[in-house]
Amino acid sequence: MDPLILARWQFAITTVYHFFFVPLTLGLSVAVAIMETIYVKTGDETYLKMTKFWGKLFLINFALGVATGLVQEFQFGMNWSEYSRFMGDIFGAPLAIEALLAFYMESTFLGVWIFGWKKLSKGAHAAVFWLVAIGSNLSALWILIANSFMQEPVGYAIQNGHAVMTDFFALVFNPNVWVQWPHVFFAGMSTAAFLMIGISAYHFLKKSKDAEVYQKSVKFAAIYGTIGVLLVILNGHTQAQHMVETQPMKMAAAEALWETEQPAPMSLFAIPSESQQKDYLSVRVPVLLSILAHNNTTGRVEGIKDIQNEYSQKYGKDNYIPPVFLSYWFFRIMVGVGFLMLIIVLYILVKSLKKDYNFKPSTLKWLIWTLLLPYIANSTGWIFTEIGRQPWTVFGLLKTKDSVSLAVSGTEVLISLLAFALVYAILIVANVYLLRKYAVAGVGEIEY
Amino acid sequence: MDLNTVWFILIAVLFSGYFFLEGFDYGVGILLPFIAKDDLSRRVVINTIGPHWDGNEVWLITAGGASFAAFPNWYATLFSGFYIALLLMLVALIVRAVAFEYRSKDENQTWRKTWDWVIFFGSLLPAFLWGVAIANIVKGVPINQQMTYVGGFFNLLNPYALVAGVAFVALFTLHGAIFLSLKTTNSLEEKSRQTAFTWWWISLIFVVAFVVYSYFATDIFSRLGFNPGISAFIAAVSLILAGIFVKSQKSGWAFIMTALTIVFTVITIFRGLYPRVMVSSLSNQWDLTIYNASASPYTLKVMTIVAVIFVPIVLIYQAWSYWVFRQRLSTKTELEY
Repeated sequence: MDPLILARWQFAITTVYHFFFVPLTLGLSVAVAIMETIYVKTGDETYLKMTKFWGKLFLINFALGVATGLVQEFQFGMNWSEYSRFMGDIFGAPLAIEALLAFYMESTFLGVWIFGWKKLSKGAHAAVFWLVAIGSNLSALWILIANSFMQEPVGYAIQNGHAVMTDFFALVFNPNVWVQWPHVFFAGMSTAAFLMIGISAYHFLKKSKDAEVYQKSVKFAAIYGTIGVLLVILNGHTQAQHMVETQPMKMAAAEALWETEQPAPMSLFAIPSESQQKDYLSVRVPVLLSILAHNNTTGRVEGIKDIQNEYSQKYGKDNYIPPVFLSYWFFRIMVGVGFLMLIIVLYILVKSLKKDYNFKPSTLKWLIWTLLLPYIANSTGWIFTEIGRQPWTVFGLLKTKDSVSLAVSGTEVLISLLAFALVYAILIVANVYLLRKYAVAGVGEIEY
Repeated sequence: MDLNTVWFILIAVLFSGYFFLEGFDYGVGILLPFIAKDDLSRRVVINTIGPHWDGNEVWLITAGGASFAAFPNWYATLFSGFYIALLLMLVALIVRAVAFEYRSKDENQTWRKTWDWVIFFGSLLPAFLWGVAIANIVKGVPINQQMTYVGGFFNLLNPYALVAGVAFVALFTLHGAIFLSLKTTNSLEEKSRQTAFTWWWISLIFVVAFVVYSYFATDIFSRLGFNPGISAFIAAVSLILAGIFVKSQKSGWAFIMTALTIVFTVITIFRGLYPRVMVSSLSNQWDLTIYNASASPYTLKVMTIVAVIFVPIVLIYQAWSYWVFRQRLSTKTELEY
C-alpha cells in the first residue's frame, strides 16, 4: 500500500470534513453576536430568543469544528513529516500564532458565554460572544496565511534544502491572503444565512408559534446573506484574476483550456479528457475568459500544454498538470451554486423587505433544502483550490510526493484513515441528529 | 541565553500548563462514571469543568503549534514516529470534546450513559499516552541519522513507559478528585475527598516507582546526579503535602500542591532532557537537540515577540474565566451541560 495515496485521501477526507463545520462557525458567530447586541441595545426579547436559538445550533456545530480541528494541527507531523521539516520555519509560525491569538480566545470566551448567562451583565455577555466571533475569524485568517504560502510563496529563502522565513510581514501581507480570507469569511456569512433561511422556512411551513422570531431571522438572514453571497462572488472574481497571475496552471485546469488562446473563450460545458489532452463536447463563449481574466477583449490566457512545457524546463521534467476533470467541474459546481444562492437570497430579500412572509408551502419545502447549497459550494471550492495546485504542496518549491512521512508505513496510514473515517461517520450522525432535533423543536423548547 | 533555550523553556511552560489544567479535567473525566451514579450528580461533575475544558485543551494545541514553529524537526519526528499512539490520543480527544457538548442535549439515558463512557475513555487514554510518550522521549527511541523514527508502535510500550503512563493517570485522577472536592458540595464533596485520598496513595506508589525506574532506564542520573535538584524536591514535597491537606480537608491547598507536583515534575523532566528534545537510542550523535531541530533564528525571534505579548494576555483572561466560575456547584445549580 502506498502511504502517499492513503495520506492524501486522509488529508482530503479530514480537511473537507473539518470544513463542513468551519464556515458555519465563522458566519454564525458574527450573526449571533449581532443579534445579542441588538437585544442589549433595544431590549427586544425577540432578539434574545434568536440569540439563544441560533446560539444553540452554533454550539452543536462548533463542537465538531473544534474536535476535528485537532487532527488538522497534528496531521502535518504525522503524515507529512517531510513537509513539516521543509516548511516548519514558515508554516509552524502562523499555526502557533493561530493557537495563541485565536484558539485561546474563542474557546475560553465560549466557555464563559455558555455558562455565564447569569454571571455577567447583559452587555458583558454580548461582548464575550464578540470575542468568540473575532477569535474564530482570526483563526481562519492565520490558517489561511499558512495556506497562502503554499499557494504563493513569499518572504522566504531556501537554505540547506529548507524554506526559511526572511520576512514575517511579507507572509502576513501575502496578496493571496487578502483575496482568500475574505472569500472564506463571506462564504461563512452565506452558509449561516442559508441555515437560518432553511430552518425558518421549516417553521413557516409548520406554522410554529413564535412566528415573529423566524420572520425576523429570515429578514436578518436575507440582508446578511445578500451581503455574503454578493461579496463572495465579487471577491471570487478578484481571486480568480489573481490566480491567473500567480497560478496559471490552476486557472487553465479550471477552464480545461488545453491550448493557449488569445482572445480566450470561456467554457460552459465540457468533458475534459486528461489522457488525450482535449475536451469532448465543449460549449464555449468566445472572448469571455479574456474579459474575466484581464478585463479586456484581447487578453491572452495560457493553456495547459504550454504551461506544462514551461514548467518542465523551469522545474525539471515531470507532470505538472493537476487533475483537470475534477478541477474543471468542482470549479463550475462552486460557481454555479454560488449564483443559484444569489438568486434565492435576492428573492428572499425582496420578500422580506416588503414584510411579506407568506410563502407557498411548495416554496417553503424546497427552501428548507437550500441550506445544503453552501456546503456544496464550500467543499467543492476548497477541493478545487487544493487539487488545482497539484503536483505541488508548496507551489514551485515542494511536491506532494516529497512531503509524505518516511517513518510511516502504508498500513499505519490505512489504520488511521479507517479510524478517522469511522469516528467521523458516527459523529456526523450524532451531529445531524442533534441539529435536526433542536432546529425542529424551535424557539419554544429552549429554556430561558 | 539563546533563543533556542528560550523556546525550550517556553514549550516546557506550555506542557506544564497543559498538564496542570487539563490534568484535572482528565481526572474529572476518569472519575465521572464512578464518583457520580445518578444523572443529576453526573451533570454536576461535568459542569465543574464545563466552562474550562476547551480552554485547557488549547494549551496542548499551542504546545504542538509551538514545537512546529520553533523545532520543526522535533514536531516532524515525534508525531510521525509515535504515529499510532498519537492517533489513539486524537481519536480520544475528538470524541471527548463532542461528548461534553452533546451528552446532556438529549434526555435518552442510553445516549447519556454512552457519552459518559466516551468521556471516561477520552480522558483516560490521553493521560496514559502522554505518560508513555514522555517516558519514551526521555528514555530514548530508535531515531536514525535522518532524524526518522525507525521503531514500531509496540516499541513504545516498554515497562518503563507503562509505569510512567500509570503514574500520569494516577496523578491526574488525584488532581481531578481534589478539584471536584473544591467545586462541589455535600455528599459529592465528601466522596471526592475520600476518592482523592485513595488516589493519593496510588499516585505516591506509582510516582515513586516512576522516579526509581527513571534512575535505571534513563540517563537522568548521570546528567542531573543522584540529587536532581530543587525542582524534583518541590515536586516530591508537594505530593506528600497534598495528601496531608486532603486528610485535613483543606482542598484549596491540596489543589495547589498537586498543581505544583505536576508542574515541577514536568520541569524536572525537561531539565533532564535539556538541551535535547528527543533522545536517540541508536547513537547520541543522532539525538534531536534544540539546535539541530530548530527553526531559523529569524523565526524564533518573531515567535518570541509574539509569545511575549500574547502569553500574558492569555493568562489574564483564562484566570478571569476561572474567577467568574469560582462558586461551588450543587444539584440545585442551574446546569448547562
